[in-house]
Amino acid sequence: MGWFTRKKEGISTSTADKKETPEGLWYKCPKCKAVITTEEHKSNLHVCAVCNHHERISASDYFELLFDSTKGTEFARGITAADPLEFKDTKNYVDRIKSVQEKTGLKDAIRVAHGKMDGDVIVIAAMDFRFIGGSMGSVVGEKIARAIDKAIELEAPLIIISKSGGARMMEAGLSLMQMAKTSAKLNQLSEAKLPYISLLTDPTTGGVTASFAMLGDVNIAEPNALIAFAGPRVVKETIGRDLPEGFQYSEFVLEHGFLDLIVDRKDLKSKMSQLLRMLKLEKAQKEEE
Amino acid sequence: MANYLPFEEPISLIEEEILKAKEIGANSGVSTSKMVKDLEKKLKTTTEDIFKNLTPWQRVQLSRHPDRPYTLDYINAITGGDFVELHGDRNVKDDKAMVGGFGTVDGQSIMFVGQQKGINTKMRQYRNFGMPNPEGYRKAMRLFRLAEKFNKPIVTFIDTPGAFPGLEAEERGQGEAIARNIYEMMNLKVPVICIIIGEGASGGALGIGVGDKVVMLENSWYSVISPENCSTILWRSWDYKEQAAEALKLTSTDMKALKIVDEVIKEPIGGAHRFKEEAFENVKKSILKNLTKLQKMDPDKRCEKRINKFCEMGVYKGK
Repeated sequence: MGWFTRKKEGISTSTADKKETPEGLWYKCPKCKAVITTEEHKSNLHVCAVCNHHERISASDYFELLFDSTKGTEFARGITAADPLEFKDTKNYVDRIKSVQEKTGLKDAIRVAHGKMDGDVIVIAAMDFRFIGGSMGSVVGEKIARAIDKAIELEAPLIIISKSGGARMMEAGLSLMQMAKTSAKLNQLSEAKLPYISLLTDPTTGGVTASFAMLGDVNIAEPNALIAFAGPRVVKETIGRDLPEGFQYSEFVLEHGFLDLIVDRKDLKSKMSQLLRMLKLEKAQKEEE
Repeated sequence: MANYLPFEEPISLIEEEILKAKEIGANSGVSTSKMVKDLEKKLKTTTEDIFKNLTPWQRVQLSRHPDRPYTLDYINAITGGDFVELHGDRNVKDDKAMVGGFGTVDGQSIMFVGQQKGINTKMRQYRNFGMPNPEGYRKAMRLFRLAEKFNKPIVTFIDTPGAFPGLEAEERGQGEAIARNIYEMMNLKVPVICIIIGEGASGGALGIGVGDKVVMLENSWYSVISPENCSTILWRSWDYKEQAAEALKLTSTDMKALKIVDEVIKEPIGGAHRFKEEAFENVKKSILKNLTKLQKMDPDKRCEKRINKFCEMGVYKGK
């Protein structure tokens, strides 16, 4: 027996008397279910004010967050996917690319730009999960290569923001080789003694984890981001039992020694600037000697 | 007892007939030598017919043929048994899915490293089905560094259905281990030759797959995912593995055309599993030929060329 009983059956408020809420005015956190206004959520950098859940954001959101005044100068914008394998599953790869491009307004799963961060020149490559799960094909590989070339040209540090389900299946062997290509290019960046910060965001898995994302001079992650080689579902199938709490999330990965630090989105810019300043100071001293 | 794949059935039938004919000849004293000769001729043409038009999926099946030689078979044959296996990553444990050590070929010593599969159920489990854990990749890197220190060339044999997707593997950083190997292999100052002898599945293969020369055996495959898993993800069912095998362009011919591998080693007609000695000889010849060329190069130039080769991979439009 409940404490309160409904006297009248059904809903008695007439449609005319109901309060209207326009779409998109409120944001409900998928994790803690707290409800705040979209505007407030946006000013919180898409981080839940209650539980600190970091919502996935786009490449351009990161540019806005990290570059000083403008969104930076984007380059290599004209590079798009070809279809050398003429890949076809339930859909042609070319058609898939076209429809995702129209839907998202993106060219592919990564954007690269240079600009200034706290006054210093920086090159940023930011992945975008909306484009076929942020998957890495030839375009992602080539754009990272261009970003590294640009960093070497400008003698600037590089930040790669990973957010990817892994290699893009529709480019098969070619996408696998992008793991090798990006790692080869990182050798050149290292040769030029330029710092590389890898920022791992939710989710970073598969071939991206097994190449550039794990190869930062400093590996930073946003809180509670899934970071894995094999995804949780695959691991669960392999071992045939439930996974421990927090398995493969930032905090877990840090505890196992594969991250340098976890940084809240609001502190990313200042923390990375601080680190880069320290790296630069040491370099300047050496030059004076 | 030999194993036969479904499409090898005609071969198995003729081989059986030959055996019977020989037996009759031996037991009854009736000469069956002409009959045997005819059958052997028939066997040859049948084998040729089957192996002339293999589909990508049939090649995938061949790459996993239970009688196919594995890494240690190649190493032992090529070195004539003059091989010392070295163990452990000096950190966690010895990964049985990844083997390695020094061996000699024609008077020069070479560091051999490769994934190892097992020949029966017990051994398959012992070798974890050729799926290395992070310590396997770190063991490989330790051996690469050892080879580099003493200026010995490196040959890797790739034969894996993938890096192991287990809980401990993730805890110990499977992604990092593979990434580190790919990165470090670019800059090894000694010649590196990688040979895909069976399955070349994804990052698990690439983790020991960065070389001056990457070579594939004719009936091996190399791709970002196995046809079965590709079928499961894109078609949401295992039944499309044959289409997936077609779509992935994973055969040696395709990979050579895409310039992802440098060379294809021909297999004897009938496959490496049927004529092992010939397969070993072909692989040995390829290694020696490539080593002679690579050893003439300046180490820094060789690394630069290796890095540039991988930097150029990929096909896209625009700029």
